[in-house]
Amino acid sequence: MENLSLLQPATAVPARKRSKWRLAFEQRYLFLMSLPFVIWLFVFSYLPLWGWTMAFQKFKPGRTFGEQQWVGLDNFVQLFREPHFYMVLRNTLAMSFMGLAVGYTIPVVFAILLNEIRWSPFKRSIQTISYLPHFVSWVVVAGIITKMLSTDGGIVNEILLALNLIDQPIQFMAKGEWFWGIVTMSDLWKEMGWNSIIFLAAISGIDNEQYEAAKVDGASRLRRMWHITLPGIRPTLMVMLILSIGWLTSIGFEKQYLLGNSLVQDYSEVLDLYVLNYGINLGRYSFGTAIGIVNSLVAITLLLLSNRIFKRITNESVI
Amino acid sequence: MRMQRKINPGELAFETALYLFMIVVGITTLYPFLNVLAISLNDSTDSVRGGIYLVPRIFTWDNYGQIFTYSNLLVAFQNSVLRTVIGTIVGVFSSAMVAYVLSRKDFIARKPVSLVFVLTLYFSGGLIPMYMLMRDLHLINSFWVYILPGIVNAWNIFVIRSYMDGLPYSLQESAKIDGASDLTIFFRIILPLCKPVLATIALFVAVGQWNSWFDTFIYNSSAQHLSTLQYELMKILANTTAGASSADAARAGDPSVAARVSPESIRAAITIVATLPILTIYPFLQKYFVSGLTLGAVKS
Repeated sequence: MENLSLLQPATAVPARKRSKWRLAFEQRYLFLMSLPFVIWLFVFSYLPLWGWTMAFQKFKPGRTFGEQQWVGLDNFVQLFREPHFYMVLRNTLAMSFMGLAVGYTIPVVFAILLNEIRWSPFKRSIQTISYLPHFVSWVVVAGIITKMLSTDGGIVNEILLALNLIDQPIQFMAKGEWFWGIVTMSDLWKEMGWNSIIFLAAISGIDNEQYEAAKVDGASRLRRMWHITLPGIRPTLMVMLILSIGWLTSIGFEKQYLLGNSLVQDYSEVLDLYVLNYGINLGRYSFGTAIGIVNSLVAITLLLLSNRIFKRITNESVI
Repeated sequence: MRMQRKINPGELAFETALYLFMIVVGITTLYPFLNVLAISLNDSTDSVRGGIYLVPRIFTWDNYGQIFTYSNLLVAFQNSVLRTVIGTIVGVFSSAMVAYVLSRKDFIARKPVSLVFVLTLYFSGGLIPMYMLMRDLHLINSFWVYILPGIVNAWNIFVIRSYMDGLPYSLQESAKIDGASDLTIFFRIILPLCKPVLATIALFVAVGQWNSWFDTFIYNSSAQHLSTLQYELMKILANTTAGASSADAARAGDPSVAARVSPESIRAAITIVATLPILTIYPFLQKYFVSGLTLGAVKS
């Protein structure tokens, strides 16, 4: 029965204290199964952090680490003096917050409404359809969005024209002021169904008796949605909100890169794209790394800040 | 009077609005795909006239035959398939292995190993340090840059682990007593029981592999034989960004290439080829990924 106590350290108090080494030997396969991946992780996830030192150097690719010239905070000073940086920062923050506001609330509404559908084949079909765009790459989505919004037979312009809302097709993809909205809506189109999965699951966990009782009391559908469904999924709503805030600045650049063009550059360039353009395309590695670090700092600040606000409002904290 | 009680006008209006809304959602989601499908099946010279919505006007399979005669689309297609297959097998298997180790509450190094993985959820080195690393590891212009960086993923590990936590412990216990090693327990007992969650993770990894273009763009863009389908599609779309001004299209690249590949129908056909494999799979795995996703969220 020795093995049993080995397997359940929580319940079995170490009466006969085993030597740690003996235990480690007995668990040799567990080490064998995990250590290679820990090493892998150090190479691919932790080693790049070492690369952050580049931001404090005047990095030249040919030199060894010892030969690099250290410049302190010069790259950061230079970055903060650059007016372009503030524009890029503005774009990043704007699209992040728009994405959060729309990308979080609409899936909740969608889930609640979908839950009200009683004809289940219809409900299931809509669900399956709504997951579809999630599985499609941004390359394809960007192509589709560009086509739908084009001035040359794009369906959106055709509908707007047919409804006499506009007399001339709108050049959606060529006007900077549309760009943030287009990115936000594309993201919504792609992820709404997918992001609603968790809320739907939470809703299905609500006790049906509550609805029955409310029905007897004569509560309307809207009132039931507001007073039963919404409070019923409150924990999930909170967790998902914090998670979404955590992902806030990891908006990436895929959408912006694929949907943007030189005409809307002033609105489409985000921090990661800035890194790409300066750091890799122009070979200014140190400067690019500095931008990357600022991007991470902005992300962490936002996360802490939002957690704080959230805590003040609800007295709950997730991190 | 009795009838009125049954069909409450407010209720009826609500129901109608609800179904209408859902139908609109369904159409907005599906229409773009059906439209692309219709164009891909329509004669390419005829497509230029526009006005194709859901049904091809002059039906043809030609566009599909044509796309693979263009430059290295066939190579790109092979690479996409290869990276998806290898990446998924390696990724799922490795994540499952780590997940199993972390699910063993008696494992003495469980805490540090777990922490090392958790931390990676919160930071990343960023674009340039990553690029430098790949360069130093000689992974630039190499197929392995598609596989190696993504072997294990902390999020996938935690989803699999929380599934394993739900399995009855007595199964492992009795195998232990029978003298089975940890390795045997993992392969013979745990893996077969984890099929649902592994299917979910496999889908996620496969979708990620199949859809990615950025690694090709940044690491392998000078190696034609390592191109991928999504990257080729990205180049074609960039060359013909419709809607943007023609000056912009000219900026995007070699106009002769654009003219050669630009017909909308060719683009549509490639889009369908790049989309269809995953779209035919996901509805069958819906049951699994819905529960997998919910599990992950509850745990995190």
